[in-house]
Amino acid sequence: MNKKKVNFFSKKVDFSSGIVSVLASLICIAVGLVVGLVILYCINAEQAIDGFTRIVKGGFFMMPKGLGSVLAQTAPLIMTGLSVAFAFKTGLFNIGAAGQYTVGALGALYFALVLHAPWWVCLLAAMLFGALWGAIPGLFKAYFNVNEVITAIMFNWIGLYAVNEIIYKGVIGDMYDLKTTKTYTLRSVSPQSVIPDMGLNNIFKTKSTTIAIFIAIAIAIIVYIVINKTTFGYELKACGHNKDAAKYAGINDKKNIVLSMTIAGALSGIGAGLYYLSGVAEWNPQVSTALPAMGFNGIPVALLALSNPIGVIFAALFVSHITVGGGYLPTKYFQPEIADVIIAVIIYLCAFVMLFKGFVMNAIASKKKNEPNANAEAGASKTGAKGNGKGADA
Amino acid sequence: MFLLLKYTLLYAVVLMLVALGGMFSERSGVINIALEGIMAIGGLAGILVLAIFGGTLSPAALVVLSILASAVAGMIYSLLLGFSAITLKADQTIGGTALNMLATAAAVVIVKAYNNAASGGNGAASSKLSYSNNAFIFTAGPLTYNIFLIIGIVLLVVSYVFLYKTKYGLRLRSCGEHPQAADSVGINVYQWRYIGVMISGFLGGLGGFAYIVPSVSIWNFEVGVTGFGFLALAVMIFGQWKPFRIAAAAVFFAIFKSLANIADATALSNLHLSQNIYNMMPFIASMIILALTSKNSQAPKAEGIPYDKGAR
Repeated sequence: MNKKKVNFFSKKVDFSSGIVSVLASLICIAVGLVVGLVILYCINAEQAIDGFTRIVKGGFFMMPKGLGSVLAQTAPLIMTGLSVAFAFKTGLFNIGAAGQYTVGALGALYFALVLHAPWWVCLLAAMLFGALWGAIPGLFKAYFNVNEVITAIMFNWIGLYAVNEIIYKGVIGDMYDLKTTKTYTLRSVSPQSVIPDMGLNNIFKTKSTTIAIFIAIAIAIIVYIVINKTTFGYELKACGHNKDAAKYAGINDKKNIVLSMTIAGALSGIGAGLYYLSGVAEWNPQVSTALPAMGFNGIPVALLALSNPIGVIFAALFVSHITVGGGYLPTKYFQPEIADVIIAVIIYLCAFVMLFKGFVMNAIASKKKNEPNANAEAGASKTGAKGNGKGADA
Repeated sequence: MFLLLKYTLLYAVVLMLVALGGMFSERSGVINIALEGIMAIGGLAGILVLAIFGGTLSPAALVVLSILASAVAGMIYSLLLGFSAITLKADQTIGGTALNMLATAAAVVIVKAYNNAASGGNGAASSKLSYSNNAFIFTAGPLTYNIFLIIGIVLLVVSYVFLYKTKYGLRLRSCGEHPQAADSVGINVYQWRYIGVMISGFLGGLGGFAYIVPSVSIWNFEVGVTGFGFLALAVMIFGQWKPFRIAAAAVFFAIFKSLANIADATALSNLHLSQNIYNMMPFIASMIILALTSKNSQAPKAEGIPYDKGAR
């Protein structure tokens, strides 16, 4: 987990901390899956095992197409997961990933469908749009002392309505296809805006498996390096651990809060770019009452990964694996949303299983002076559970 | 104009009920982001009662039973928040977010399973339920009202009296302001926080039902309650955690929400502002108010901080 600089414990403890972290995540996943199995049994006992197998097999159930769509779903999910995880590192809870994702989608679609820009320009546009939307909660937090969760929730909805309005009414250009009630298909209007697939579509026999997944993994590695190996990352983490101490040490906490949220927003924006520029789906402004699930699913990804950027890659793979698996449930007996239930149960557990991890870590480190429950101390920050986990790491 | 009044009354009651729910939870020290999910579960429970017993019970019994079902379902669901936030001292925001996601997904699964079973298991996978809402609506003068208007006003007064005029209200508030001090005079902080969360579940579940039933006779559970829980959260902050201010804020927000509904059908369409714009307005308004008032916010001091007996 966290390296060097903040490592107060011996190496041995640091090592076991990593193991306990992974174990904690695995416990969440296991319990979530058991709940899923129970639900399947309640709905149809005879088919339950078959349904469960399909969920667990996920994309592998229908090779190679399923694996291709898992990869296509994973790329944006890594990005929103990174977005939430990055904000966690600074002690912020970025529930606004959905809104930043939405606004990022507008950026990508505008540059692709109206300006016909090449794909990497569109991706940068998505990043900028998302960053802008992420900066707002940061500014409100830093200068008006408004909780970033509240601001982000409000701006999720403002962003959703604004984007729908812009796309539906064609405020900044014609993007809306009346026939399909969605935005125009990227491949037919602006093929140069589609992220290249380098033959992946042939391998997986899909239409939307592009190099997006590699871009996402590369960004995850960059984020890992920034957080763990740079002064900037250290300052962000210091703000997350203890804002007052960081301030005392001469770190500009306001600047860091805004920067952290801006980067988190940029990451979400890229996620939307990777999704829509791969042509996985088109934006539908008519469904104006639902925020994209991809944004919210970044939260379980970040929690499962304990905010470790490399862990985010695997957590995102797992979440999209389960979601795709849910899609293969026979609708005659079951509902694909069962996969969403499993994921929701996993986040619910994540909220407090990390605390058990804290207890275990305290037991291991009991030779150190027994601290009061770290959560009560860290509770003032919005990331009690996370703060506790990190407290145990440090 | 009547249309505007009708929708405003409808939405104001819903927002007020749910925001009052949020108020009780936060006044006891627990941030309740899960209002959206609690509303969805409450609405689902009430509507399932309507769908199942629709033809068999008398209208009056049906109304009472479905309202109770929605409130109790909301209460039970809110226990999940209480368990993670109070007993396990987990992060309240994350727990609440999880419950929101769980509620929508679970509601869709349940409705689809119900529809599937009702159609004899032929794979009918609609996430919609239809029901009759005649028993909830009555007409007086030029306007139609629904029964929730009366319930809402009664509960508003009860909330105020409970919170400010009884010793129980004082105890609940003290747990949100300074739980250590409350504990030192023998108040069981954990118990009162559970009570706060459960009241919020009761009101939230009821609010979810009140939102769905009077306006339409078919509901698609895929959309949850279309962000009304979050809007109620904004109403609560706008109302500065005080019952009557919340009621006023609810009316204010409801006007915008109603304008969105009737924008296309009335003279307002001359303004060429679409639904989306009106939908945005309450959120923007609450952000402006938040930015201006955050310096002297009336938020409960200890909200969001899990209470630990050992910490002093």
